[in-house]
Order: sequence, then structure tokens, then C-alpha cells
Amino acid sequence: MSTNGRPRTTAEKIWDNHVVAERPGAPSLIYIDLHLCHEVTTPQAFSTLRARGLKVRRPDLTVATMDHSTPTTSRELPLLMDPAGSAQLQQLEDNCKEFGIRLYNLKSDKQGIVHVVGPELGMTQPGMTIVCGDSHTATHGAFGALAFGIGTSQVGHVLATQCLLQVPSKPYEIRVDGALRNGVTAKDIILAVIAKIGIGGGTECVFEYTGSAIRALSMEERMTICNMSIEGGARAGLVAPDDTTYQYMAGREFAPKGAGWDAALARWKQLPTDEGAVYAKQLILNADQLEPMITFGTNPGMGIPVSGKIPTPESMVDLQARADLEKALKYMDLQPGRPMAGHPINVVFVGSCTNSRISDLRAAAAIMKGRKVSPTVRMLVVPGSMQVRQQAVAEGLDKIFRDSGAEFREAGCSMCLAMNGDQLEPGEYSVSTSNRNFEGRQGKGGRTFLASPLTAAASAVTGVVTDARSL
Amino acid sequence: MPIPKIQTIESKTVVIPIENIDTDQIIPARFLKTTSMEGLGEGLFCDWRYNADGSPKPDFVLNQPQAKGAEILVAGDNFGCGSSREHAPWALKQYGFKAVISSSFADIFRGNSLKNGLLPVIVPADIHAELLRWPGIQIKIDLASQTVTLPGGRTIEFPIDPFAKHCLLEGVDELGYIQQQEAAIAAYEAKRV
Repeated sequence: MSTNGRPRTTAEKIWDNHVVAERPGAPSLIYIDLHLCHEVTTPQAFSTLRARGLKVRRPDLTVATMDHSTPTTSRELPLLMDPAGSAQLQQLEDNCKEFGIRLYNLKSDKQGIVHVVGPELGMTQPGMTIVCGDSHTATHGAFGALAFGIGTSQVGHVLATQCLLQVPSKPYEIRVDGALRNGVTAKDIILAVIAKIGIGGGTECVFEYTGSAIRALSMEERMTICNMSIEGGARAGLVAPDDTTYQYMAGREFAPKGAGWDAALARWKQLPTDEGAVYAKQLILNADQLEPMITFGTNPGMGIPVSGKIPTPESMVDLQARADLEKALKYMDLQPGRPMAGHPINVVFVGSCTNSRISDLRAAAAIMKGRKVSPTVRMLVVPGSMQVRQQAVAEGLDKIFRDSGAEFREAGCSMCLAMNGDQLEPGEYSVSTSNRNFEGRQGKGGRTFLASPLTAAASAVTGVVTDARSL
Repeated sequence: MPIPKIQTIESKTVVIPIENIDTDQIIPARFLKTTSMEGLGEGLFCDWRYNADGSPKPDFVLNQPQAKGAEILVAGDNFGCGSSREHAPWALKQYGFKAVISSSFADIFRGNSLKNGLLPVIVPADIHAELLRWPGIQIKIDLASQTVTLPGGRTIEFPIDPFAKHCLLEGVDELGYIQQQEAAIAAYEAKRV
């Protein structure tokens, strides 16, 4: 460990603990503690292994689940509806069998979105390096892990060697002090952060979320924030572990037990950033001043308070920014200067690796209880995992959603990315709890407003963009 | 798989003057239901390139005659943001691009591109603005000297990670390079908690 007494950030400590080799003129070789796999970004990597006659080096550190091209309609229905998607799921099944990797398939009661499954089963642990062929891997940073998305070539590198060539990222502190007001959520914090720094603001950085408002958040709320680090341009984002982290982890299936737990806890307590550690960049927000947020445009940085007005291109000094805003408003078919609240919508999607955990479903159900989905709106509630789904059913949330007129689905990525049968029709507007509002992201020609589960549910009731506090 | 070597790329440019072009635009998710790397070039910029009935949109630059044969794409700032899908550089390569020039790239896209012989070239804002303004000009990118040469002969240096440069110039296979460090990996595993 190259401490030399220099104060270090959490990310720097994890990095130092994982350096396998340093060679002049090359990036560091870093060891990976947990490799999460899904059906979309792994087939070509397994093909590379097969072509070279290689094995998976550490199947014990590799776990797979099905989520992206996975239908969330009844599991009894034949997958033949989608031959390409089915072939991809079958390929993952075959690859995991051939290479000896644990797989949570569609028959498993632990299947779900990769970034929901890892934490809830206790596989995600403080101090780990975690990778997945998915940009939302930063989610796992909520536990004080260094977790980041990789491409398929790198998936192959990790499968074969359990290592990656990496250069360290610059530490970027995002400090949120104060206390959130009633009706303002973790999703609103991260949407406000991205609106502030822009979607490229964190390029080459790893975010560390600090401050009293972050400390007060539950693990699920921290996951929502870390999840969208990539939307601020950072590959990774993390929260140093604390008692909230340890309490969440204790007793989970893959969490250490007995003497192993005590030893792990002692290691984890070394992880928080040292007093005097230096960040390359810093952003400070006051939680007391945050409002429920919503995006109006075609990237996650185009966000405003739900009570706000759509910006006017004339107000932009930078000509390129003005052109981009004009392009976004044209695609979204929105009038500059008009309020967002009250804009009609067609679909509400509660789900995705950002907001599909039990607390998200509880928040949405609290709004829906005793209310109906507007007749002009279709509402989908898609639990992030079968474990979340079971819990929701045990609490009667499924009944609340169904009674309100919402669809309550099986676990998967669903309408977040429109490759599994769930998607917007051209021209439709959605309020979605997911993470991306890019053109066509939720279906060709579809238009996405990103918001919290509270805002999404309230909008489902009224049929227009609605601040849940006004219900 | 050894990656193809890159020395120099000489081509006219195609310009898409839009900032923050995300990987969902480069290759929409519905094209990701493949288990191979092939056939992605047709899906490149699909929703910008084609109408709902499959006919080409005449106002999109890749459908215009002057784009034919161009190997260098010039695009707005923060190119390749969003999803980690390596299908994005695969699609750009299969379409025929060998380099993308911008004022910045999203991290994962840049890394994925370098592993597939698609050169991400970062130029200063003023040069970037010039390149965006003059589509179709003939330029030369030389990797060894890390320079872009403009039509008037002016050269601009661009940054690149030295190891990535070495791999592209020599066709070094990164997986093979990591495997050579087996002793260090085994030693790390032996002391790992």
C-alpha cells in the first residue's frame, strides 16, 4: 500500500488496495473483486474466450443475471415473441453453463436488474472493485465500492484474467449539506447535480458524495444517486461506508458472517476519506434549497424544478448551447417559457436500476393508494428484482397499483431502454423514474421526462406533470 | 484478436455539429439484441438516418453524396456519452469511419474506441470550431506524431494515452498483454483477503 502518510480519498484507498502491477508506459493493472454480467454486453466477450481457448479465471467472482432484453410480462408466455431477444437470453444461459458462472435466469426468484441484485444479495461490499458491461455500475458505489461500467472488450479481459488496465480517475467531491424538505428525494438531488455541472461535467472523474444530506440517506437512496454518476459524465460515484451501510449489509446472503464479518467491518472502517485529502474538483449544494426536479430536454442535464418554466433559447449566451436547446425543444415539441407542471403525458414508468427498489415502490404506492391512474395515462410499475417484487406483494403494494389501474410487472429493465417489448410509441410523453431521456431512448420518437417516483406517481393520477406536494 | 494497426488516416471529413451525441443515437438499443459484432454499420445513427418506413432522410449528412467514402467524423463536444455499449464504436467502424474528432469524448466511449482501432482525436476548441464550420475538407491524421494536418499545411497536436498509442501503432493485443503478467496476478491473488 502506497500510503506514505498522505491523506487519501475513499476511491484512492480502494485503488491502492487493488494494484496488481505497475509497468512504465502503461496503465496500472487492477484486480476486480466482483464482475457482474448480463445478456447484452457479454456474448462477444465469451466468443473471444472460446476462440482463444481460455477459461473464466474466477467464476467464483463472476455473477450473471438477465435484465436488458428480458420481457417483464408474464414469465409463462413463450419468449418466441422476440426471437433475437430469446436467442440472446439462451446464449447467456449456454455461456454461463459452459464457463461455470452462477446465473439468475428467468426461473430464479433472485433474477432482476444487475444493479439491484448485487446489493440486495450482499455481493456488493465496501472497498470492492466492481465492474459490469453497463454504465450504471456506479450504483454499487453507494456501498463505498469503486464500481464502473466497461465495454465488451474489457468484459473479456476480466473474464479471462480478473484484471483490467486502468488509469486512476480524478476525485470530485459533491457535497450536499442540510436537510431535504418534505417531498424532495434522492432523485431530485442527483437531477439537480447534473443540471448544475452538465452531462460532461464529471468526465475523467470519480464522484464522492459527502455532506450531512447524503449521510442522512438510506442505502437505496444512495444507490439512486450513485447510479446516475455516469449522467454527470463520471464513470464512478461513491459514498464512503458508515453505519447505514453496515446495517444494510448485515445478514444478507453473500455478506460475510461471524468472525469474517468482524474482520470485514474492521477493514471497511478504514475506507472513509482521510481528513485533509485533496479533491481535484468540488461542488457544494444546499439540500434545504432543492425542489422536486424534472427534465424537459433530451439529455439528463436539461433539468429544472417541477414548478419551473422551460428555458428560452434566447436566454442562452452560448450559441452552441442555444442550438442544442432549440434542437431538444423541437424533438420534445415543447414551448419555451411555458411551465412544466400541467404538461399532458401518456405514460408513467416506475422502474429501472435508478428507482425500482422497495422504497421506490412504497413511495409510488403511497401516492396511488385510494387514487386512480388518469384514464389518459398508462402506468407501468416494474420491480427491479424478483426479491423486490416478492416484498412488494407481501406488503400489498401490487394490489394498490392494480387497484389504481397500473400494470404491475415481472423484474427487468423494461421501458428504460426499449429493447424488451416495453416502449413508448412515437410522439408519446412519459414521466419516467429511469435515468436517460435521450432521443428515442424509451422507444423511437418517444419523449421522456425524468423525475422521482413521487412526481411520476402524482403525474399518473392527474395525467399531467405534477408536483406530488400539490395533490 | 490483434487490433488493426493505425498509422495515418487521410480523408475528407463528415460533420455532425451536435453536442453530447449519446451512444443511443449512435446505435439504438434495439440493435443490441445481437450475439455477434457484425451487421451494426447499418444501424449507425439509424433514427437520424432513416424515416419510419426505412427510407433515407435526405437532410441527414450521411445520406448526402459528399459523405460517401469519408473516414473521419467531426462531431460536437462530449461525443459518445451515455451507455457503455461497445456496439457504438463497432457500428462507426463497420460503417467506414476510422477516426472521430471532437473537443471532448465521454470516458467509456473513448476507451472502447481505442480498443477497436477507432481513433478518438481531441482538438482545442478553436480548431474544433473551424472543423465544424468547414465540412468536407481533406485532412490527415498521423498517430505517430499525434498531429492533425489541415488543408493549408497547418498541424495541430492531439493528446493520446501513450499505451493506447503504442497498442494502435503496433497492433498490440491488450488481453495478451495482461496475460503476460500472470505471475503478478497470481501473487496478488495469493495475498488477497
